[in-house]
Amino acid sequence: MRVVVIGAGQVGESIAADLDDSNEVVVIERDPDRCEELTYDLDVLTINGDGTSVETLEEAGVMDADMVIASTDDDETNIVACSTVKAISDAFTIARVKETEYLKTWRRSNTAFGIDFMVCTNLLTAQSVVRVVGLPAAIDVDPFAGGKVQMAEFEIAEGSGVAGETVSEADRFDSLTFAALLRGEEVVIPTGETVIQQDDRIIVIGSPRSVREFASTVASGDARNDVTKAVIVGGSQIGYHVARLFEERDISVRLIEQDANRARRLAEDLPGSVVLQSDATDVDFLEREHVGDADVLVGALDSDEKNLLACLLAKRLGVGRTVSIVDSDPYIDLFETVGVDVAISPRAVVAEEITRFTREGGAENVALIESHKAEVIEIEVEPDSPLAGQTIRESVASLPERVVFGAITRNGTFITPRGDTVIEVGDHVVAFAPADVAEELTARL
Amino acid sequence: MSRTGWSLTVRYRASLSLVGTVLRYLAVPLLVPLVVAVYYGETIAPFVVTILLTATVGTALERLDPDPDIGAREGLLMVALTWLMVALVGAVPYLVEAHGIPGIDPAAHPGSTLGHPSNALFESMSGFTTTGATVVGEISFDAHTRGVLLWRQLTQWLGGMGIVVLAVAILPQLSVGGAQLMDAEAPGPGIEKLTPRIAETARVLWGAYLGLTLLEITLLYGLHVAGPPLGMPGLAPNMDLYNAVAHGLTTMPTGGFSPEARSIEAFSATVQWVIIPFMIAAGTNFALFWHALTGNPDRLFEDQEWRVFLGAIGVLTAVVAGMLFAGAGFVETAPAQETFGSTYLEEIIETIPGNAEPALRHALFQVVSIVTTTGYASIDFNAWSPPLKYALLFGMFVGGSAGSTGGAVKVVRWYVILKTVRRELFTTAHPRAVRPVRLNGRPLDERAIRGIFAFTLLYLVLFFVGTLVLFLDTVRVHDGMTVLEAMSAVAATLGNVGPGFGSVGPMGSYRSFSGAGKLLMVVLMWIGRLEIIPVLACLTPEFWRR
Repeated sequence: MRVVVIGAGQVGESIAADLDDSNEVVVIERDPDRCEELTYDLDVLTINGDGTSVETLEEAGVMDADMVIASTDDDETNIVACSTVKAISDAFTIARVKETEYLKTWRRSNTAFGIDFMVCTNLLTAQSVVRVVGLPAAIDVDPFAGGKVQMAEFEIAEGSGVAGETVSEADRFDSLTFAALLRGEEVVIPTGETVIQQDDRIIVIGSPRSVREFASTVASGDARNDVTKAVIVGGSQIGYHVARLFEERDISVRLIEQDANRARRLAEDLPGSVVLQSDATDVDFLEREHVGDADVLVGALDSDEKNLLACLLAKRLGVGRTVSIVDSDPYIDLFETVGVDVAISPRAVVAEEITRFTREGGAENVALIESHKAEVIEIEVEPDSPLAGQTIRESVASLPERVVFGAITRNGTFITPRGDTVIEVGDHVVAFAPADVAEELTARL
Repeated sequence: MSRTGWSLTVRYRASLSLVGTVLRYLAVPLLVPLVVAVYYGETIAPFVVTILLTATVGTALERLDPDPDIGAREGLLMVALTWLMVALVGAVPYLVEAHGIPGIDPAAHPGSTLGHPSNALFESMSGFTTTGATVVGEISFDAHTRGVLLWRQLTQWLGGMGIVVLAVAILPQLSVGGAQLMDAEAPGPGIEKLTPRIAETARVLWGAYLGLTLLEITLLYGLHVAGPPLGMPGLAPNMDLYNAVAHGLTTMPTGGFSPEARSIEAFSATVQWVIIPFMIAAGTNFALFWHALTGNPDRLFEDQEWRVFLGAIGVLTAVVAGMLFAGAGFVETAPAQETFGSTYLEEIIETIPGNAEPALRHALFQVVSIVTTTGYASIDFNAWSPPLKYALLFGMFVGGSAGSTGGAVKVVRWYVILKTVRRELFTTAHPRAVRPVRLNGRPLDERAIRGIFAFTLLYLVLFFVGTLVLFLDTVRVHDGMTVLEAMSAVAATLGNVGPGFGSVGPMGSYRSFSGAGKLLMVVLMWIGRLEIIPVLACLTPEFWRR
């Protein structure tokens, strides 16, 4: 497949890096230095130029491209680029936008601006914040098989209910599969005897109910309770959408925004939230408003540093969990190391969404784990599939090593995969695979 | 005076010219009572004289500025003056009826109380402002001609939806600046433009108003012609065509005049039940009818103001009906009522307690009548006990919805005030909280909220000052009026309600006040109908400066 990526920022680079193994990737970038860098880092062709110019697009070969991904940091540029591509070629166009208004317009017709698929950074980020907040101790959650199956990643903290247990001891949940343990850089496929250690990250696949049960077992102390009170710091678009989604879930929200006009706008748009106009790093204010009583605090300020500060202050005041938006990808690990429970990068979220969409191919749905250490893939079993009519045990033997079958849904009902479960045509299979075998797995199924 | 650029004062000639235009066209509705007078073989002098007068004065004023161009201030002045002039001219038929034209047409009813200029002006202002307070001594066809009594009804109908709104609807010269004029006249904070053209909006509103009026007349008279429904003679409407028309003309404007001395009490229970929904409709924002008729009926039930309006009626009705039913609603020794004697009161005191239908009917009728500021009476509520009277006095401040024909403060203002107070309580606990006050889900501008507080405060100040002045005046003339009576008289005229308590009760009249007291109330009615600001603004020196 020939893919043209417009814009080589963090998002563009991440997408290009994911696609360059099995596709012809062309990257259009305005900054010549950045082009130079990418040429050496990735196996891609870089074109120095403006993605909205017809000449540059022609030079990049969009006439023969199967897919064009507009992923610059500027919404309007991405939209115009997609429109321009549509005017001169038949390529499938994907645009990344931040502004939800554009998404609304696009959803009206699904073809507005000549865009075939649109991903909205602010909304996606807010959705992943809300998913993570919904599960105590979870740091990543993705739905599969129309929501019947959930993949979740948890960090095993000190005092967690499963720390120190073996996998067979911890396996108290009827529809839950322990897919993998991430231990440092290593991906461990657990057996019954594998011991779950503190600081491991554990990937589970199961029914939403069992994942929820597991989540409250994993979580320690206060975090175990359901989230009913949330504080959002920063009335950015992400903050606004998180508040809106919380409102829909009947979580009582306090949103802190420093700018008076913006605070007023937010108060008008969020009838169910209490908007407070103040500096979120003002400790007196935080104490006066009893921010420490909140179950969760979400840092959605424009500055990473202020988010970090707000989260750490909140922790000290007694907030159960903190989730921070991090603009700069390299900070993610740092944030989680110094005490922020979950750090979410909008760029990573959107890059994952685009990659997921482009990689799907045979798969229905893909989730990338920990900046692509592993993948969780959903596939529908076709009549000619090697899995059809086989038991799980037989299937696993025929597939690359270290692939784990996490869940199966048949006609919308959840089936826990065990060794002798027979896979039927039409089943949706959700499987885990470390990055090095994911490609092979997708190809075989 | 320069027409363009900075003008140093209000262009009052432009305002007067437009007042003249409206006045000139007032000759047209005057033809209605003229025709009625001819039909009943009565004197036509009151209407001929008034038609000649309005045509002459109107044309003369119109000549002051052949091409009037109005801004915000000219608009306010025009609206305020229009209502004053119309009330003055509207008093002429009463005077002519009482005094006649010497040598040409003898007085039709020489003893009429309306023969006194202050009385005639009071009655006319009360009519146009849809107050419904009367100074007529004896309301009957013996004391007055049917033509003049119909004119009295018609003034209310013209004033209900608004003379200026009507003028904007039909006079092309008012299409520019029409929105400002309507804003100055229409009840409630701000107007809702239903269509891009303001004249079209005005026509829509008047169309709904006319349609509902015709529907009510048809129902009232139709039921009378059809006879008692279901063969139950007790349900006969008992209302002739003249009365059906007369009450149709005063229900929709929430006026309250009746050509019957006993108001709606003179008619059957069926008539009273028919009139109740029309009073409620009159207290509803007319824009909602438009939405309902143009395929958006949900808007009516989603409208918070309307729900609060119905809720207020429901709660007050439940209280009043409960007390009437339990027999706790009447004073033990009812004061002998001047017009009908004590047997009448004994009769109602005996028949209502323990009887659900009349208790509910009178409670609902009276509450709706007072809250919508219609001012009809299905019963002499003077005989009610003090708690119920205070409940009704409270109802006089509620008023109808914004954009209705009802008077007083308006439901939406109280609702916004309550929500704002709740917000203030919340921000006491959370000083940094930002909380917009919402109406129908939409956040209200803080300036609009300030305006609502200012209006309501001004309204209450006027009420207290008015009460004080009126009470002092009655003391001066040794009237022996109670403070509750004076309060109710001021609340009823300022709010354009009509009847108060005591001597100004539903079966009584305002004629015992001094001339000064009546003029005070004429001003209160005028100010109340235009919602204070247009009139008071015109009285400030700042208004007349650059």
